[in-house]
Amino acid sequence: MFMLEKAVTGSRKYWTWISALLLVILVAFYYYMRQFDYGLGLTGMGRNISWGLYIGQFTFMVGVAASAVMVVLPYYLHDHKEFHRMTILGELLAVASVVVCMLFIFVDIGQPMRILNVLLYPQFHSVMFWDMASLSGYLLLNIIITLAALHAEQKGLPVARWVRYVILLSIPWAVSIHTVTAFLYAGLPGRPFWLTAIMAPRFLASAFASGPALLILLCMLVRRLTGYDVGRKAIDALAVIITYAMAMNVFFLSLEIFTAYYSRIPDLTEDFNNLYLGIGPHSTLLPWGRASIVLMVISLGMLLLPRLRRNHVTLVVACVVTYLALWIDKGICLVVGGFMPSPFGFVSRYVPTFPEVMITVGVYAIGILMVTVLYKVTLAVKAADPTQFAYVPEDKHKATPAVGTLAATEVK
Amino acid sequence: MNITRKQFLGLAGASILVAVSGKQVLAELEGERQDGKPRPRKQYAMIVDTRKCSTLPDCTKCIDACNSSHNVPVIPNPEHEIKWIWKEEVANVFEAQQIPYLETTLKERATIVLCNHCDNPPCVRVCPTGATWKREEDGIVMMDWHRCIGCRYCMAACPYGSRSFNWIDPRTELKVLNPAFPTRTKGVVEKCVFCYERLALGQGPACAEVCPAKALIFGDLNDPQSEVRKMLGSGLTLRRRPSLGTGPNIYYIL
Repeated sequence: MFMLEKAVTGSRKYWTWISALLLVILVAFYYYMRQFDYGLGLTGMGRNISWGLYIGQFTFMVGVAASAVMVVLPYYLHDHKEFHRMTILGELLAVASVVVCMLFIFVDIGQPMRILNVLLYPQFHSVMFWDMASLSGYLLLNIIITLAALHAEQKGLPVARWVRYVILLSIPWAVSIHTVTAFLYAGLPGRPFWLTAIMAPRFLASAFASGPALLILLCMLVRRLTGYDVGRKAIDALAVIITYAMAMNVFFLSLEIFTAYYSRIPDLTEDFNNLYLGIGPHSTLLPWGRASIVLMVISLGMLLLPRLRRNHVTLVVACVVTYLALWIDKGICLVVGGFMPSPFGFVSRYVPTFPEVMITVGVYAIGILMVTVLYKVTLAVKAADPTQFAYVPEDKHKATPAVGTLAATEVK
Repeated sequence: MNITRKQFLGLAGASILVAVSGKQVLAELEGERQDGKPRPRKQYAMIVDTRKCSTLPDCTKCIDACNSSHNVPVIPNPEHEIKWIWKEEVANVFEAQQIPYLETTLKERATIVLCNHCDNPPCVRVCPTGATWKREEDGIVMMDWHRCIGCRYCMAACPYGSRSFNWIDPRTELKVLNPAFPTRTKGVVEKCVFCYERLALGQGPACAEVCPAKALIFGDLNDPQSEVRKMLGSGLTLRRRPSLGTGPNIYYIL
């Protein structure tokens, strides 16, 4: 049913890659067991900066998961046929990203054996409960959608009618997961850096830039490794989406900066000073904050110039820069920056420890392993039908309806 | 419109169900108690008289008494410290009240900080397991160290830095053990619980009891005859960050 048999046959290169990932995961597991044994004191976190790398990565990856909607929505809602070959890759990336998010929460928990207390004693007034609910729901929706799409493809049929409703539901649901994640932060009274209504929109804007940037890079990698081409038009269309999202993200960030520096309320300015100008002797975030600003400017500049955006060599560079800029901004600065200064006005030093970095790398390795296996299975299903695998440029495309689009099935 | 009795009863039942559950959801979201009681029967509070406290600048009796009665370990690494009650400089505690021309000795005057046992505690609102809650009968913000999963959301939510996480096993750091009070495990959050175990025996909090300067005054705010109410009524006191709406119940005389 899960077609996993297609994941256990592969080239030598495939198996080397899988083994390398498993090795990294194994090393990370060793460090996790050490953390399990010693406690979270093994990390660089402390009483003043009580969330760090793990929760930062969680927050960032919720965005990558949500960003699948940037291919799902145009394809299923607007029948944007260019995305036909790319959509399932985006949905599978979402599946792997949600699992990565859940693992980052898990490794951050002080008493992981008690994690089911969240279900045993559900607290509807806790945003964390709703975050768990929305993430699990999103994972389930995407598993159903991708499985149904693959089965349909295997049989050469459009997806079943009921699946279309699941897909429709997954669109607002994707927005909800990142909104609820923003609410985790934006509803806390004592953290002025997070206490901003623009948190959720800014989360969505940065997610809709970083996630599709990763998807473009993955699509190009897939083409190079397997010959499966999502099509030039799909990449170009997605690059335009990234450009809009990045522009909105930069716009939202500048709104934050205006409010802080024009009002000159110290609670607000201190947080941005901490990231971009430096306060006190322990400004470990300063180089990161500045790097993210520089990278954002470069990214937006490259994306806005049509010549650079349409050239796929420079587009790759732009995607890497976009991804890095937003990863630093959300995965490092946002979470750690919120804890500076502390309720007593101190700026503490936070540097992740080696075990902490290794556990982080291990969780990402699990995500990469999932993407590898899921893409392998999908491409094997597509390869069984050469008309599905080979790319036919849009202008030569016959009037065959794109498999499973809403419009295509509505006609019947 | 024709309707049978059975349909009517069904419809009425369903409407009541929707109305009741809707009200409960709303009450839950607003953090209201569902039994309609407006306030806790008691609301314990404490007044810290920093003028009296600063007459003994090297005194740590309240801290020591708290630590030994609650098995709070003394951990040298400041980032891993467990603190239920401790000293901070006035200028850091009352950022908003900083007066630039205040003499350094007064700025650096130490004051006592602890959990504020808020009327409207953000830590309780965010806790995903109900491991911390506001006790109905006396307003104490309690903790269940067996239920806490160690997500540290309460630490992010507390505007007062009153919560400590056990980054390492606290039991190995304990020199003397009080068998009458539970120890904690690594990976859970803890904080001041206003000596609920002593209150149950009719005693006051350990810190207030041992203070040689009588700088810590404990009592029930809902009792108009209590010492705390009289003091709060007769002179100006300050609370930490009152504009956040948390309703802290630790008052300061500077």
